[in-house]
Amino acid sequence: MNNSNIKKYLFSKGIDNAFIGVRKAYGFTALFFKEAFKKPFHLREIINQCLEIGLKSLPLITLTGFIVGMVFTKQSRPSLEEFGATSWLPSLIGIAIVRALGSLVTALICAGKVGSGIGAELGSMRVNEQIDAMEVSAINPFKYLVVTRVAATTITIPVLALYCSFMGLCGSYVNVHSEEAISIFTFFQNAFSSISFLDIFSSLFKSIVYGFTIGIVGCYKGYNATQGTRGVGKASNQAVVLSIFLIFIEEIVLVQITNWIRYF
Amino acid sequence: MMENTKPDIKNEAESVISINGLYKSFDDVEVLKGIDFTLLKGENMAVLGKSGSGKSVLIKIIVGLLKPDEGEVVVLGKKVEKLNHSELDALRLHVGFSFQSSALYDSMNVYQNLAFPLTMNFRNLSKIEVSDAVEQVLESVGLKDKIQVMPSDLSGGQRKRIGIARMLILKPEIMLFDEPTAGLDPITSGEIIDLINEVRHQNNASSLIITHDLTCAKNTGDRIAMLYEGKFLTPGKFETVFDIDNEHIKGFYNYNFTR
Repeated sequence: MNNSNIKKYLFSKGIDNAFIGVRKAYGFTALFFKEAFKKPFHLREIINQCLEIGLKSLPLITLTGFIVGMVFTKQSRPSLEEFGATSWLPSLIGIAIVRALGSLVTALICAGKVGSGIGAELGSMRVNEQIDAMEVSAINPFKYLVVTRVAATTITIPVLALYCSFMGLCGSYVNVHSEEAISIFTFFQNAFSSISFLDIFSSLFKSIVYGFTIGIVGCYKGYNATQGTRGVGKASNQAVVLSIFLIFIEEIVLVQITNWIRYF
Repeated sequence: MMENTKPDIKNEAESVISINGLYKSFDDVEVLKGIDFTLLKGENMAVLGKSGSGKSVLIKIIVGLLKPDEGEVVVLGKKVEKLNHSELDALRLHVGFSFQSSALYDSMNVYQNLAFPLTMNFRNLSKIEVSDAVEQVLESVGLKDKIQVMPSDLSGGQRKRIGIARMLILKPEIMLFDEPTAGLDPITSGEIIDLINEVRHQNNASSLIITHDLTCAKNTGDRIAMLYEGKFLTPGKFETVFDIDNEHIKGFYNYNFTR
């Protein structure tokens, strides 16, 4: 084979592999829905995973949410000052945080922290034969490991996103309060005056979608890890990259859908 | 306790495992090229072979972790490749598997590792019943004092023992050992060999021991089969097998016993 043919061969093989990957991921997701509604539900393990994900992510979410709110307020103030509209700061920050930043920032943090953790944990279990050990003990490893983790991320990440939005507003309040005399009650009243039920609902719905994405991608990459310890690192890394990529695509699609509903 | 709740697998035939014309390849590499053998009830059979000869593939096919390309695998009267997921799980409760790496769940301590298969398969068991069963198997492998220890704090030999205990807790009729003495010093290997023989008698089970350690094969196997280039060479008693004038068998013997 000459160089040109080798390139063509590698290109077509790459396309084949991409389609095979999509097919496998589709099969994995379909299996999740098939197993998720069958007994046993492993509720204790789901609660454990929720606590694990929630409690371990809480300090980072608190800090990031607070700082994002504070910095966003600081950066927005000069522009609003030009028009003498600093009183609109709480509303602006409220809309920005509740509609977009709270859920997106939480999803990105969890994709890095939770998604990579799930990818590494399941990857390590796969290469150390622990998943095989479950299977030969007549335990369904997909149900015990994958369904519980995906359920936990889907439940926990929306809660964390709400918390992140609250912390963002707190950070914003600290900045606003340092410049002008405003009570926390008035600040929150102004912030929420511009937020509709659709904003909160769409934000929650987005977080549910992001949570599911982070869980299923982390589990898919970890559960199918190969090549020993190198494979574990690769699974963890790919879980983060693919989750973030999908989250951005979902953000674009969901914002578009929300806007259609808003102006319908 | 558990015997009453285990799905019943009828075993009227004398053989507990019967394999006919088994083939398995990975991509273009043919690993198993027509394996035929029978494991009888109460028998211990050792399968010898070089690393990469397909020994582990063979037992993974028996327990349904891998699918054969061709051939028939009958375990306790059931054709493994024809079973659906729940039937395979029911069969697996009767077939124990001890992994080469022990494959202990590293997020669980010894107690949780042993209780896990029990609590997941027999949900009606009380905490006391589970605890008693765990203590009993830990006693049989001589590690009762390690009940709260994490797997990372155990030695290689202790991990193997706990791996065997986890297999024993489901009281299997067939025990599959994948390289039980690999990576262990001769003294610990000897202890594991004694343990395999002890648990065989305690449980009145049949065993298939995959190993490249001749000492282990000699001391545990009633019969020995050597896997070479995807096929069994002359299965039989240890003395008979190593009496045959075959360079691969002689080479294996010389490497283990005359170096």
